[in-house]
Amino acid sequence: MALLSEPDRQRLREALDAMPAPVRLMFFTQTLGCETCLLARQILDELVSLSARLTLEEVNLVLDKDKAAAWGIDRVPAIVVAAGGSDEVDARGLRFYGAPSGYEFMSLLDAVMLVSGLAEGAGEPALSDESLELLAGVDQAVDLQVFVTPT
Amino acid sequence: MALANPHVRATIVEATEFPDLARQYRVTGVPKTVVNNTTEILGALPEEMFVRQALQDLEKVTEDSARDKPPAG
Repeated sequence: MALLSEPDRQRLREALDAMPAPVRLMFFTQTLGCETCLLARQILDELVSLSARLTLEEVNLVLDKDKAAAWGIDRVPAIVVAAGGSDEVDARGLRFYGAPSGYEFMSLLDAVMLVSGLAEGAGEPALSDESLELLAGVDQAVDLQVFVTPT
Repeated sequence: MALANPHVRATIVEATEFPDLARQYRVTGVPKTVVNNTTEILGALPEEMFVRQALQDLEKVTEDSARDKPPAG
């Protein structure tokens, strides 16, 4: 059963058509002991089916431990939104822990569009000049964990 | 922020799916942002305010660069 309605799929197709560059969704999962991994995979499958510029790569946290570690992922389900057209680990870190359902789906979509725009060099990050200036001087690791709840 | 600077990593954590993390960081309301496991930002702030708070522990670095050019050394 599809999670997205046909009108929603159509709207998403149109939105994703505007993607200037390909985006890779790295999906981290495990077979046992993960209640929402299946749901997350279904959502991602439906999403990537809507655009040729979206690819999905699955990494098993248990079987591909080293690969998951290289991406800095230690929990599932997790999604990293990375620039497409490359096999390399993407240092730009935009990640989601948990199934991207409800409002998180919109956040994921925003992340995809942002990464796509930047990959092409087409867009600036969606931040003001002041914020960009503040960020420009940061040369040490900043780890942001944003806690949200589904709505 | 994570896309503007490669040193920045942003993770959206679904609190109900990861109750252990929510407990560890004492998440009682959302959105709550934890910076480098220590600094906490509660609620949604105007963008520049959020960036400032997120970077406040790195204040030296950011102020130097925000004010003209950083002094040599």
